[in-house]
Amino acid sequence: MTFFHWPHRPACCSAIGTVALCLLSRSALAADEAAAATGYGLRLERLNALVFTLVFAGVILRYIRRAIRGEKFYMRPLPGLDAVDEAVGRATEMGRPIIFVPGTDDLDNIQTIAGLAVLGRVARTAARYRTPLRVPVLYPLALAGAQQTVQQARLDEGVMEPMDAETVQYVAGESFSFSARIGGMMLREKPAAGIYMGRFAAESLLIAEMGQVAGAIQIAGTAEPEQLPFFIAACDYTLMGEEFYAASAYLANEPRMLGALSGQDVLKLVIVAVVVAGAVSVSFGWGADFWQALLAAK
Amino acid sequence: MVLAFFVRGPIVDRVSDEALRGQTIVGGIALLLGVFSISQVHWRRIASGHADRGYSAILLVCLVAMAGFGTVQGVEAGGVFDWLFERLQAPMMATMFSMLAFFIASAAYRAFRARTITSAILLLTAVIVMLGRIPMGQYVYDGLPAWTNWIMTVPSVAVQRGIIIGAALGAASISLRVLLGIERSYLGRG
Repeated sequence: MTFFHWPHRPACCSAIGTVALCLLSRSALAADEAAAATGYGLRLERLNALVFTLVFAGVILRYIRRAIRGEKFYMRPLPGLDAVDEAVGRATEMGRPIIFVPGTDDLDNIQTIAGLAVLGRVARTAARYRTPLRVPVLYPLALAGAQQTVQQARLDEGVMEPMDAETVQYVAGESFSFSARIGGMMLREKPAAGIYMGRFAAESLLIAEMGQVAGAIQIAGTAEPEQLPFFIAACDYTLMGEEFYAASAYLANEPRMLGALSGQDVLKLVIVAVVVAGAVSVSFGWGADFWQALLAAK
Repeated sequence: MVLAFFVRGPIVDRVSDEALRGQTIVGGIALLLGVFSISQVHWRRIASGHADRGYSAILLVCLVAMAGFGTVQGVEAGGVFDWLFERLQAPMMATMFSMLAFFIASAAYRAFRARTITSAILLLTAVIVMLGRIPMGQYVYDGLPAWTNWIMTVPSVAVQRGIIIGAALGAASISLRVLLGIERSYLGRG
């Protein structure tokens, strides 16, 4: 693995590699059995997840390091994210607000964090052009996060006036009440743009269709496979799964974040190779015996 | 908590439990922030004579009524809170959910217009799946349920798995960026 051949690996990466190898060895199993008597030990049923986590972290760290050294990484264009500025510009020209929904889950969901990361960029652009922004939220902790995000973006753009209470507002504690409130907001305020980034459930179509009725340009992003068809049908642009998680890095165009994305792509290639190998094995009836014999022959 | 996921032990488990308890307490206290936000927005609308002040007044009355009855009488069956929930809130939520049927129809109408080759394929696939799911489809062609089953279990599942694997890697990557402090956009910085 090239990770272990990295000539100037920092101490943390070395430690990660060492721990990963230790975990794979039988001595780790024996140590764990001994440790179990004292009440402490590894959860061996999660050993595969631990090894994958360590390898994943190592590869990502390596690519971040390469990015810091100045290496350039290619990022394929994402039309949905290129349209964010277009949407904000449209709202500015029309003098209408932008509605940004950071999903319908709390801050403990990583999709909400990813949504707030995109909100930071949108809020900054909106503050620069003094475009009204509406951020309805479903959970109080997400409210605090969104308020902080928008406030900081405004300060970064030199907007010193206090934020209007309607900019980021807690709307409801239940998803269908939340959808109803957003529907009312769409029909009364006629936003020029609707941006929906986060975890959504059944309310995805309710929100997006209301935006369609209001004539807003709509951009959605979620990692929920069940909701993607609804967003694709109702929105102008949709970010699917990993595209959504890459959104903040894409918008920031910051080398370290782009490096992390490249590291992620390497692991994706590895997974694709494993999937292809598995499919070929199953198709030709090559079981564990075949692979053991192949390794033994080597 | 990450450590507790991989390592077991009394101290690790206890620290993890305490962290979870702390999260619950913070979430509960944060609810006050939500109540303050919603009250502030709607009270200002009433005070400023906003065109929608009537809706705001109804919302505040309902907020106070539900919170008041829930606190004084409790939320047990037979109480006023339960009556308000069962007779008002639940039907309203069901109404919103029911609207999905109409929205699915309007979204499908737009999505299924065969203007390009890909949308034509989508339309054809949707027609096969929909016909294969209803008894009439079997009368039209008895192989339709089998076709539907194949579409749902092979290409559909393959695509979903691809999206899920990509999303899982993306989630792990952004989590790492957050933990390392590289991703700070969600705090408005970076």
